Amino acid sequence: MIELKDIRKSFGDKEILKGVSTTMEPGKVNLIIGASGSGKTVLMKCIVGLMGVDSGKVLYDNQDFTSMDDKEKKGIRQEIGMLFQGSALFDSMTVEQNVMFPLEMFGAGTHKEKKARVDECLERVQLKEAAKKYPAEISGGMKKRVGIARAIVLNPKYLFCDEPNSGLDPQTSLLIDKLITELTKEYNITTVINTHDMNTVMESGDHIVYMYQGQKQWEGSNKDIVFSKDQKLNDFIFASEFLREAKEMRQLEMFKDGKWRDQLKKEQDGK
Amino acid sequence: MEFKFFYHFGNFLLMLKGMFSRPENMKMYWKQFMQQCVDIGVGSFGIVFIISLFMGGVTTLQTAYQLVSPIIPKSTIAQVVRDTIILEFAPTLTSIVLAGVVGSKIASELGNMRISEQIDALEIMGINTKGYLIAPKILAAVLMIPVLVAIAGFLGIWGGKEAGELSGVLSGEQFMQGLRQEFKAYNVFFAMAKSYTFGFIIASVSAYYGYNVTGGALEIGKASTTAVVVSCVLVLFMDYALTAILL
Repeated sequence: MIELKDIRKSFGDKEILKGVSTTMEPGKVNLIIGASGSGKTVLMKCIVGLMGVDSGKVLYDNQDFTSMDDKEKKGIRQEIGMLFQGSALFDSMTVEQNVMFPLEMFGAGTHKEKKARVDECLERVQLKEAAKKYPAEISGGMKKRVGIARAIVLNPKYLFCDEPNSGLDPQTSLLIDKLITELTKEYNITTVINTHDMNTVMESGDHIVYMYQGQKQWEGSNKDIVFSKDQKLNDFIFASEFLREAKEMRQLEMFKDGKWRDQLKKEQDGK
Repeated sequence: MEFKFFYHFGNFLLMLKGMFSRPENMKMYWKQFMQQCVDIGVGSFGIVFIISLFMGGVTTLQTAYQLVSPIIPKSTIAQVVRDTIILEFAPTLTSIVLAGVVGSKIASELGNMRISEQIDALEIMGINTKGYLIAPKILAAVLMIPVLVAIAGFLGIWGGKEAGELSGVLSGEQFMQGLRQEFKAYNVFFAMAKSYTFGFIIASVSAYYGYNVTGGALEIGKASTTAVVVSCVLVLFMDYALTAILL
C-alpha cells in the first residue's frame, strides 16, 4: 500500500503540490487524473522519488520513503516498475536486451533462467517476434509494451505508468490499458497510472484521484465518477462534446456498472 | 550571459562525489567500462592517426624553414620536432581534438538519455546513474586518452621523419640521429601527466553538461557545444598551469 500524507512541492515561488493526501489501494489500478499543469506528473515523480518533496510523507507499506537514505531507497526501488511516457527504452539495446537489463543488474539465477523470464515477459506483451529489434525499429505502441515488459520483469510490487496512452491511436491505447489492468490482477501489483485519457478512466480506474491546481479535488472509482456533483471534475470529464451530449441526453445511466460497454458491443455486433 | 562559476563548480564536485558508491553489479559496470574504452580509444584512433601524421610533417617542414643557419646541424630539426611533439603537440593538440570528438559524444549521449527519461528509468531501477554512466566514461578517458597521446607522439615523430625525407629537408639517418640527441625521459612523464589531466577534464566536464541537460533537442546541442568549449578552455588553462609547475 502507498500512502501520501500532505505532500507539498514548490518550484521557486510557485507551489505545484499543495498538500496532497491519499492512499493508493493495493492490488488495484489507481489513477491520478487532471488537466495539464495540475501537478499529476510532479506528484508521480515525488511518489517514486525522482523528485524530493518539500514536506509530507510517502509511505510504502508504512515505511517512510521520503526520509530514507539512498541505500534504503534502493531496496524500495527494486520493487518498483515504471512505464515512462516516452517508454525510455535504451537506444543501444535490442528489445530483448532492454527487458533483460534489470535482470542482469539485479536478478539472481543463471543466464538461461533469465532468458526464460525475458521470453515469458515478451510473450505476455505479445512481442516475442520483435525481440531482436532495436527501439528505433518498432512502433510507439510496441515501445510501450516493451516498457511494460521491462517494468514487470523483476516481479514488482508497484507499477507506475506515466501517461501510458500518450501518442497512441485509440485501439492501441485500449490494448495498453487492458494489458496493464490484466497484469495488475495477474501479479497482484499496486498500479498507479497518471493520465488524462477518459478511456483509461472508464476502463481501468478502480481508484481515481482527480487533481486540480495542485490539490486533490475528488477521489472515487470509475463507477461513480460520472455521477459526481463536483463541478470542476465535471468540467474536466465532460470536456468532450460526445460525453457532454450524452450527459444532456440523460444517457449517463449507461455508465453504471459498465452498461455502456454492453451497449457498444451490441452496436458493433449489429454492424 | 551570466556564467555561475561557483554554482557549476559546486554541482560538478557533487556529481563526482555521487559517483562513489558500491556498484550494484560489478560485471555490468565492467562491461560498461570496456564499452567506453572501445568508444573512446578505438573510436578516436582514426582522427588521432591523421592529425598526428600531418602534425609531425608540418612541424618538421616549419622547423626546417626557420633553422636556416649553416652552423646548425640538420639533426637539430629532428630534436626540435621530437621535443615539440612530446611536450606540446601530442598531449595538447590531440586533447583539443578529442575534446571535440569524445566530449561532444559524451555530452550528447548523456543529454539524450536525460531528455528521453532513460536516466530516470535507471534511477527507478535503483541504479546509481552517476556511478553507472559517468564513472566508466571518466575512467575510460583517463585510461585511453594517454594511450592515444602516446600513439600520437610516435605517429607525429614518424610523420615528421617521412615529411623530412619526402621533401629532402633531411635524411632518415639525420632525423634518427637528432631524435637521440639530449633525450630527456622527464618530457615523456610531463606529456603523460598532461594527458591524464586532460583526459579527466574532457570526460568529466562533458559528462557534467550532458547529465544536467534540461529541455529538448536544442538544449542537447547547446550542452554539447558548451561541453566542448569549456573542456578546450580548461585544457589550455591546465596546459599552462602544468607547464609552469612541472617544467
